[in-house]
Amino acid sequence: MESLTFRHTTTTPSPGSTPRAITGVVASGNLEVLLERVLAPDACEVTIETPVRGYGDVWEAVVADFVARGPAGGLRISINDGGARPDAVALRLAQGARLMEA
Amino acid sequence: MPDKQTLQAILASLFPDGHAVSVADGLVTGHGPLGETRATVIGIDDDTPLGVEGALALAGHVLDAIRTGDGTPILVLVDSDSQRMSRRDELLGLHECLAHLAKTLLLADRSGHPTLGLIYGHSAAGAFIATALATRVLVAVPGANPSVMDLPSVARVTKLPLETLQEMARTTPVFAPGLDNMVATGAVHAVLDPDMPLAGQVRDLLARLPKGDERDRLGRERGGRPVADGIAGRVVEQARGAGAR
Amino acid sequence: MTTVSEPDALSWYEATARQRVAAFLDAGSFEEFVGPSERAMSPHLTLFDLPRAFDDGIVVGRGRLDGRPVSIAAQEGRFMGGAFGEVHGAKLVGLLRAALDAKPAAVLILFDTGGVRLQEANAGETAIAETMRAIVDVRGAGVPVIGLIGGRAGAFGGGGLIAATCSRLAVSEGGRISVSGPEVIETNKGAEEFDSRDRALVWRTMGGKHRRLIGGADAYAEDTVSAFRRAALALIDAAPPFDLATLEAEQERLERRVARFGDCRDATEIWARLGVNDPDAVPAMTTDTFDETVARIPEASHDAR
Repeated sequence: MESLTFRHTTTTPSPGSTPRAITGVVASGNLEVLLERVLAPDACEVTIETPVRGYGDVWEAVVADFVARGPAGGLRISINDGGARPDAVALRLAQGARLMEA
Repeated sequence: MPDKQTLQAILASLFPDGHAVSVADGLVTGHGPLGETRATVIGIDDDTPLGVEGALALAGHVLDAIRTGDGTPILVLVDSDSQRMSRRDELLGLHECLAHLAKTLLLADRSGHPTLGLIYGHSAAGAFIATALATRVLVAVPGANPSVMDLPSVARVTKLPLETLQEMARTTPVFAPGLDNMVATGAVHAVLDPDMPLAGQVRDLLARLPKGDERDRLGRERGGRPVADGIAGRVVEQARGAGAR
Repeated sequence: MTTVSEPDALSWYEATARQRVAAFLDAGSFEEFVGPSERAMSPHLTLFDLPRAFDDGIVVGRGRLDGRPVSIAAQEGRFMGGAFGEVHGAKLVGLLRAALDAKPAAVLILFDTGGVRLQEANAGETAIAETMRAIVDVRGAGVPVIGLIGGRAGAFGGGGLIAATCSRLAVSEGGRISVSGPEVIETNKGAEEFDSRDRALVWRTMGGKHRRLIGGADAYAEDTVSAFRRAALALIDAAPPFDLATLEAEQERLERRVARFGDCRDATEIWARLGVNDPDAVPAMTTDTFDETVARIPEASHDAR
């Protein structure tokens, strides 16, 4: 398994007070994303566990894109990847962010 | 690995003064004297697969014992294959028949008829669950070989090379077949001494039966299941503690 | 993602375990135990370089069903086939043990499992046995244990045995219940014995409709959360006690079944003998037609289990 962690400073905090949310399932082509409102409002950390090694650059780009779109401030995001493609990852991250705003 | 003991040797050691246990079509039924009391005996012999007929026959014997209400123990002697694998057995609801056998043993155990399993040969998968694993305490003698699935089949299903699995099995007792692994997991309470009479060892066990299910605690203490006991305990604690949100 | 406000639209088969629980229970009543934030994951899957799940593929907790307090467990069939690993099994066992204290109106088990997780086989197998013992304890304390089967993994292997230990079972067309799976039978006994690629054969032999007709399940539900919810509520009030009388009735019921249908080669023969007018039409029957058919079959509904 490969572990990756990306830390970002954010401009906009995730609004609301939903403490945690989870979306997705660990399965082939899928992933689960756990979001926890535990960081400072201007910080976002994304940790990934993946069985598919060597795609660090791709993960970095997808995560950076997600954080830039925001709002992700204050969120610690933990991912268990089942071998998802970047578009599936982006979708789940966006879903997760919306759940945290609910 | 030591040789498998024969059923006759097991019975002679359990009942040195004689017994009324017989085998037909791989099914073991009967009774024998145990100290001051009498034990009902059921089981499977000769690596026989367990199908709908066998499960129901053994269940019937357990129900007979419960009906007497005399508080006598039930011994389950096991040298079985896995469940019988056939279209017919599944069509007829093998899962219901195997579960029914397990339920009769569980009911017996709750009704004053303590149940003790003794695996002396093979057992696997659904047959193992319905017989040996349904008793309050399961013991073994050396030569027993319980398993969930044989490694070549595991290799086929998981698409891992057999050699890789064999290598991994050296580092963990959690998946490979074998008596030592089942002891480490907590499924088998103890391995009896084959050089001492089984009768005395079984009487001792029956005199000191645990009240509840100790298998997860044993699994933690022995390292075969490092976290199960704690996780189950945590669920119980959280259910007890927190009020409704 | 479907929201709780439209439970009628949510396919049980397509939903995740979490979606089922959220839509099944009274809105907002669910409280999870050892949830994903606690990260109680498998200590073994990393050895196999396999990804883990934060909840090890099972959601356990409590909530309300039509105002009544219930304990609930839901397996995620998409994660490792919903199979029993060390943590997965321990969460279910803990939930059942907790129910002995709490005495809810019912324990609901939403099955979706291929049986034992081979990578943790010994832990999974032992957990299955612990689960069956714990279910009997809960039933013996007067709390019904209701099994619901309609997910993609069905209730196979040890999962099938646990299902048959429950007080009552509800099944949908898509739900399969069996001990040995089609592939295992074929590998061991050949395609003549069981062609695992013959989907129609699989469903005739192990599928929800067959199980309902021979009395292997006590209710048949359409593939929606609301149908399973209605079925569960009805079954809670129809659960038999766990005692000698029930098991004697079960012995008689199963012996009679084997005696009557033991020489049948295929499910359609069994259905014909049960009194189904057009057995070949069963697989394609709509829920309403199937319900009417079931109502005319004495073996389908009974007080045992």
